[in-house]
This record gives sequence, structure tokens and C-alpha cells, in this order.
Amino acid sequence: MIDGLADIIAGLMIIAGSTFAFLAAVGLWRLPDIYTRMHSASKTGTVGSGLLLLALAAHVGDTSTVTRALAGVVFFLLTAPISAHLLAKVSYAVGYRLTDISVVDELKK
Amino acid sequence: MNLYVVNLLLAMAWMTLTDSFSLGNMIFGFVLSAAALSLIREQVGSVGYFSKIGRILSLLILFLYELVMSAVRVAILVVKPNMNLKPGIFAYQLQVDRDHEITLLANLITLTPGTLSVDVSEDRSTLYIHALDCSDVDQIRKDIAEGFERKILEAFR
Repeated sequence: MIDGLADIIAGLMIIAGSTFAFLAAVGLWRLPDIYTRMHSASKTGTVGSGLLLLALAAHVGDTSTVTRALAGVVFFLLTAPISAHLLAKVSYAVGYRLTDISVVDELKK
Repeated sequence: MNLYVVNLLLAMAWMTLTDSFSLGNMIFGFVLSAAALSLIREQVGSVGYFSKIGRILSLLILFLYELVMSAVRVAILVVKPNMNLKPGIFAYQLQVDRDHEITLLANLITLTPGTLSVDVSEDRSTLYIHALDCSDVDQIRKDIAEGFERKILEAFR
């Protein structure tokens, strides 16, 4: 009973995780400039890969796998915003423009 | 003595006594010793310790909730035929001034709906944030100040 439940939860999390990962990719393709694309990559991508790791933890279920999967999720949450922030900062520094439909830019000196 | 250390020592004592060093038993021992410490919180002066744990937990829960909401919102946005974007970069005046608090706030902002920290000014007083929907910048500023920034100040001050 418990095994069946864990498998169902794992399956649902795999479906949700892959959907998020797919939509993150769609976002990279549809959004207009690097800054808006970072939104898609940093958030939707993080949640997608995090869900897939949690699904692995729920499916396997032994302590060493669960701890490593959780550590993986924590590292995703720690590193994704930093890489998004650095990419955005560097892109701005080297002069990538915001897309034409942007409404404000208070960083401009 | 630091209450966190006492808590950890009690958890280790629990593991030794139950003769099981698995992670599950350690977490259980930690929760158990925290409960024991909370019984004598008036005597050992640990009231602050527990309200601090509570505040950090509430920050964590807020963060996870906002992260999921943010992923869902971006996901819905990218499948809409007309995305109706109003992106832009706005300046945010920081109340927090310590380096680790600014780092935490910037990370939390990046992982929440529609906002992404781009840069922090040299004097650490202003955070530049890119947002997908800049139609109401003042509302976003208010949300950050009353949500994450207040929670961070509560958890670390």
C-alpha cells in the first residue's frame, strides 16, 4: 500500500517536473531578451529539476539517496539565483539592450 | 552555552542510547531534544532561540510558497498566445545593510514571481531589479518591503 502510494507520488512529481522543465525551454524560446529569459530559466527550470530530484527520492526511498537528492535540491536553490544574477549583471555591463517593449530602466546612468 | 550546541549534544546522547545512528533517528533525536529544551525555556533563557527557529521556519515556508507560485506564473505566461510583457529594471532602496542579508534578499527576489536581481549599487543602498511586469513598480516595492525584507529583519535581528 505504502509502496504503491510512493510510486504514484513519484510519478506525479515526474510529470509535473518534466512539464516545468519543458515550459522553461518554451520560455527561453518565446521571451524577447536575455533578462526576461533568465526569469524562465532560473525559476521554472529550478522547480522542474527540483521536482524530478524529489521524485527520485520518493521512488528509491533509502536514506542515502534521499539525503543526496535533498542536497541536490538545496544546491539548485542556492546556485540558480546566483548564476541568473551574474548573467544579467554581466549582460548589462557589456551592453545588451533591454527589449524594445521595456517600460522603465532605472539602472541606466 | 550556545543552545544549538546543547540541542545537538542531546540529540547525540539520544542516538547513543537508542543505539541507532541513522539520519532519521538523528532528526528525531534533534526534534525530541528541542522539545525537551522548550519545556525549560524559561529557566535556561532559550525563549529567543525558539522564536528565532519559528521565524526562520516561517521565512523558509514563505520562500518555498513564493518559488512555486513564481514558477507557475512564468509557466502560464509563456504558453499564453499574447504574453503582454512590460519588462523593465527598477531601483529598490534597501533597508537591510549587512552583506549576508542583502545576498539572501537578492536570492529570494530572484526566485519569486516576475522579479530578478540584476545589480547592487556600490554603496549597498540600492538593489536593481528586473521585473517582467513593470506596470505597477510601487506595488512590487511594497510587496518586497512587507514580505521578504521584513521577514529577513525579523529572522536575523
